[in-house]
Amino acid sequence: MKIIVCLKQVPKNDSILRINDAATWIQDRDLTYEINESDAYALEAALQLKEKNGGEVVALSLGPARVQSVIKEALARGADRGLHLEDAAFDNLDAFGAAATIAAAAKSDGFDLLLTGLQSDDHGYAQTGVIAAELLGLPHATIVMDLQTEGSGIKVKRELEAGFFQWVTLPLPGVFTIQSGINTLRYATLKGIMAAKKKEIKKLDAAALGLDAATLAPKQQIKRVYFPQKSKQTQMIEGTGAAAAATLVEKLKNEARVF
Amino acid sequence: MANGILVFIEHVEGQINRASYEAVRAAQLIGAQLNQETAAVIFGNGVSNLATEVAGKKLNRVYTVESDSLSSYTPDGYSIAFKQVIEQVQPALVLMAHTYEVRDFAPKLAASLQRALVGDCIGYKIEDGAAVFTRQIFQGKLSADVVPTGDTPHFVSFQIGSFRGDECEAGQAEVQALTVNLNAEQVRQQPEARFKEAKAAVDLTQAPLIVAVGRGIKEQKNIEIIEKLAAAMGAEIAASRPICDNDWLPMDRQIGSSGQTVAPKLYLAVGISGAIQHLVGMKGARTIVAINKDAEAPIFEIADYGIVGDLFEVVPALTAEIEKMKQ
Ligand SMILES: Cc1cc2nc3c(=O)[nH]c(=O)nc-3n(C[C@H](O)[C@H](O)[C@H](O)COP(=O)(O)OP(=O)(O)OC[C@H]3O[C@@H](n4cnc5c(N)ncnc54)[C@H](O)[C@@H]3O)c2cc1C
Repeated sequence: MKIIVCLKQVPKNDSILRINDAATWIQDRDLTYEINESDAYALEAALQLKEKNGGEVVALSLGPARVQSVIKEALARGADRGLHLEDAAFDNLDAFGAAATIAAAAKSDGFDLLLTGLQSDDHGYAQTGVIAAELLGLPHATIVMDLQTEGSGIKVKRELEAGFFQWVTLPLPGVFTIQSGINTLRYATLKGIMAAKKKEIKKLDAAALGLDAATLAPKQQIKRVYFPQKSKQTQMIEGTGAAAAATLVEKLKNEARVF
Repeated sequence: MANGILVFIEHVEGQINRASYEAVRAAQLIGAQLNQETAAVIFGNGVSNLATEVAGKKLNRVYTVESDSLSSYTPDGYSIAFKQVIEQVQPALVLMAHTYEVRDFAPKLAASLQRALVGDCIGYKIEDGAAVFTRQIFQGKLSADVVPTGDTPHFVSFQIGSFRGDECEAGQAEVQALTVNLNAEQVRQQPEARFKEAKAAVDLTQAPLIVAVGRGIKEQKNIEIIEKLAAAMGAEIAASRPICDNDWLPMDRQIGSSGQTVAPKLYLAVGISGAIQHLVGMKGARTIVAINKDAEAPIFEIADYGIVGDLFEVVPALTAEIEKMKQ
């Protein structure tokens, strides 16, 4: 069983975000990065499937040189090799462009399962895996909380709304978007980190993937980025110590009357 | 020339998803402003009653699409059928509620037509005669105004709660059946019946006081300070999803779209950023207090009281103050 897992590098969750001068995205100076949360769970799901069924796990990341650290992290956790999709033409892709790029790379490498996280913590499109499935002509399932191989196919447990779940059986190859919490993440061991140094990371650009400008042109454009306007009047209590705590307790008792 | 707004109506077990009426409301508002006709479409097998219900809203038309292969929802079945509907109806704009089901098929549908889906929007504005859609990025920390580019139809989904479904104008729409070519072999997903896991051991819905902890707590062992605060207050402990994903607290303490929905007298959110999937589970609380070191955290948007600061200072101070009050 060969699994390609897509890992997006995103600004660390507690980053202080500043808007860029053109107000079209954030300033990327001074940011530190991490693996997108649900993608980390997708990687773990891939590693566990390999441990159970044998095969190969390929860690794929799309982005500038810095995303190699995400691939290396995946290799240290147990992925077998890496695919790094890098090109100046990939700089401002929307969900469709990213999916088209990933689909082209996945197709050229071949796979039984293509895994992604269910959405990224930066753009939050929640579309890339599903679009890739369509472009590859493959079946998919989203918001997956369990994967069980069944004969030549796979049975997945999908999270639905209001506490419901549903098992769905599909043929392989297929594309699956993974929900956070599906498993318990492992950390890289020292041995894993050493072993990762010898693993291959293959670089692919737009030409190698046969992608033209028309395919990559965005189909949606960000006009402006801004901090949300506050609509509710929050009473902010100054300070962080005993005095602030006393003020809060007094307000909860006498104003909000919760005690 | 493509024209008009088409709304996707979702249903499960004979009930229309209430979020679909929010999308209908969005279509009524945008349609009136841009002078566009509005219609809705409903897929399934035996959906005429549901179509009649939707036809009671102010819309020009309600389309039904019925097939054995649409008896239960699958992304393949819905995308294939929906694509043919779009070819027949030729809408300029397709609106949907950003539900789990829409997340599952809409990106595929839009991609099959080489179009964009502007997903999970929270509103719109009209600029130069065209609709611009507002999305949250960075989990609600920033907003982005987005325009779909290129040829129509454009696809847009709205986050639950962005429009008031109960403000839909009433009307009398014409119901029209459409035929599509869809056979069972084209549908590759075989879904089983929906089910719930064993009932949660902890029922937080009745708790008057809740202290909820988020990823700001950093490590499992630190949860102790939250337990002390909750004990001092006589409150139940709850958590955001990452805390339960990490098994730092059991799943049945999770609040949000994939956890419990609560409306206590007091909800004290500690180190929780306020992502929409969390907010939907607790925004009905009578009083909301947020403690967060980031003054821009979206949780402050819905909090009545806020303290910007390090929870490792604020929480012990608050525990001490409450113990003092109780004496
Ligand atoms: C389909 C789907 C369903 C989901 N369902 C749910 C759900 O049911 N419930 C849910 O909660 N989430 C759910 N999520 C996840 C949700 O999107 C967020 O990722 C999650 O709510 C974030 O949790 P958090 O606020 O604890 O963590 P973070 O977003 O990481 O926030 C941590 C906060 O702690 C603050 N902080 C850090 N250190 C300190 C300190 N020392 N002192 C004070 N503050 C500090 C930070 O400023 C930050 O605001 C779902 C997501 C998806 C896609």
